Amino acid sequence: MITDQTLIQVEQLEKSFGSLHALQGIDLSIHKGDVLVIIGPSGSGKSTFLRCLNLLEMPTGGKILFEGEDITAPKANINLYRQKMGMVFQQFNLFPHMTILKNMTLAPIRLLKRSKEEAEEKAMALLKRVGLAERATAYPSQLSGGQKQRIAIVRALCMDPDVMLFDEPTSALDPEMVGEVLEVMRELALDGMTMAVVTHEMGFAREVGTRVVFMDEGRILEEAEPQRFFDAPQNQRTKDFLSKVL
Amino acid sequence: MAEWFHACYVGLCQWSDTLRIKFINDFISDDRWRYLWNGLGVTLKVTLGALILGIILGFLVAMIRSAHDTTGKMKIGNAICRIYLTVIRGTPVVVQLLIIYFVVFASVNIDKSIVAIIAFGINSGAYVAEIVRSGIMSIDKGQMEAGRSLGFNYVQTMRFIILPQAVKNVIPALGNEFIVLLKETSISGYIALQDLTKGGDIIRGRTFDAFLPLIAVALIYLVLVMILSKLVTTLERRLRSSDH
Ligand SMILES: Nc1ncnc2c1ncn2[C@@H]1O[C@H](COP(=O)(O)OP(=O)(O)OP(=O)(O)O)[C@@H](O)[C@H]1O
Ligand SMILES: [Mg+2]
Repeated sequence: MITDQTLIQVEQLEKSFGSLHALQGIDLSIHKGDVLVIIGPSGSGKSTFLRCLNLLEMPTGGKILFEGEDITAPKANINLYRQKMGMVFQQFNLFPHMTILKNMTLAPIRLLKRSKEEAEEKAMALLKRVGLAERATAYPSQLSGGQKQRIAIVRALCMDPDVMLFDEPTSALDPEMVGEVLEVMRELALDGMTMAVVTHEMGFAREVGTRVVFMDEGRILEEAEPQRFFDAPQNQRTKDFLSKVL
Repeated sequence: MAEWFHACYVGLCQWSDTLRIKFINDFISDDRWRYLWNGLGVTLKVTLGALILGIILGFLVAMIRSAHDTTGKMKIGNAICRIYLTVIRGTPVVVQLLIIYFVVFASVNIDKSIVAIIAFGINSGAYVAEIVRSGIMSIDKGQMEAGRSLGFNYVQTMRFIILPQAVKNVIPALGNEFIVLLKETSISGYIALQDLTKGGDIIRGRTFDAFLPLIAVALIYLVLVMILSKLVTTLERRLRSSDH
């Protein structure tokens, strides 16, 4: 059902890579303020699903409505929609030839036509929030993995997105750095940001998630609030998966 | 012993005398040095013009080719680029120069140095294109995705994110291509354009002395190439020290 609280509505989404059907008909809606956590075994299509949401992968079937508009329509301007969907990658993907501040202000200045002062002011405020204000003039190579990922998150936030997509944001980090990134994400959720998060961090899913989705072989097999999902899973494959990772 | 030294001394004097006479005859009489000086001007003009044209063409072709590689779009553009690359890299540059002068511009009255700039620019563009494309391909594909996910379109992502990194990586190869280009313009004489090489050759024809004019030409090229190499290394080092 589409309500005015629905931010993203996915209908019968399919994605094939040649003969490989990575997504086989996904139906899902993301509401404002949701923290949707997507879990599932390797190769189940979690990344592909997330990347279809901002069309980094072009779906081969179905529809994606973002704020009521079909972004898969041929004449849709995907560049405008992407400005409203922040994305955080496993490998950070900071721009190595730019300082942290430049990483964060490039898009707001060029795309939102903000003044340099305005963009830098916002970037500095965000840097302060994640405790990295003194690294503003550093280059990405001078930062630790956890710091890089926190920068990647605030770089996306500089565009004032309506939703944030996270694809295993802590999987490339040393264990001692996972906490600092999850903490930033938790605060973001508390602020009411709508989020879709692919992760293997079950603690985060349980505490911060508002809904958990289990994917396997390109399908959603189970969807529930965290409490019920973890304490009373219905699907046998969900049970098997949870028994392995918990 | 002393006689031997004396003979050597006399021989040396005679030799340096002939050399001095030849030098005067080759370069000073009738202001023949002007052939080299003006020729050098033509060589530099043609090289610089071809360099600019080659860079523009090369970046354009590299962008079209990589857009096709990553998105599958621009099929016709890519096909045209591939024909261009195959033909230019598969035929001698002298033949290309002759065709452009005697076939393409046969019925047009046009400055020969412009013809040379067009011919060498088109030729150089093909090599620049493949150098730049290899630079683009060396950049992690996560960079393009990060740029696109912020809302930049393909061209903006290329301009702000991919190309600055790619160019940095291929500066040595590009520098090398420019040195090759400078030396390649020495065939401009084939269309009777009086560049540096042709200038030396004209002097040879006038004075019937081959040694000094041709050595002088070679030295001038050598100095130019050494200056260019030095510039490239400096640029490279400066870029690397700002590398992060
Ligand atoms: N660009 C691609 N080309 C071909 N096949 C792909 C491509 N991207 C993903 N796939 C395939 O699609 C399937 C789903 O991949 P996806 O990366 O979405 O899985 P995942 O759930 O994110 O796994 P992981 O937990 O390992 O990240 C896999 O079989 C994968 O090999
Ligand atoms: Mg994945």
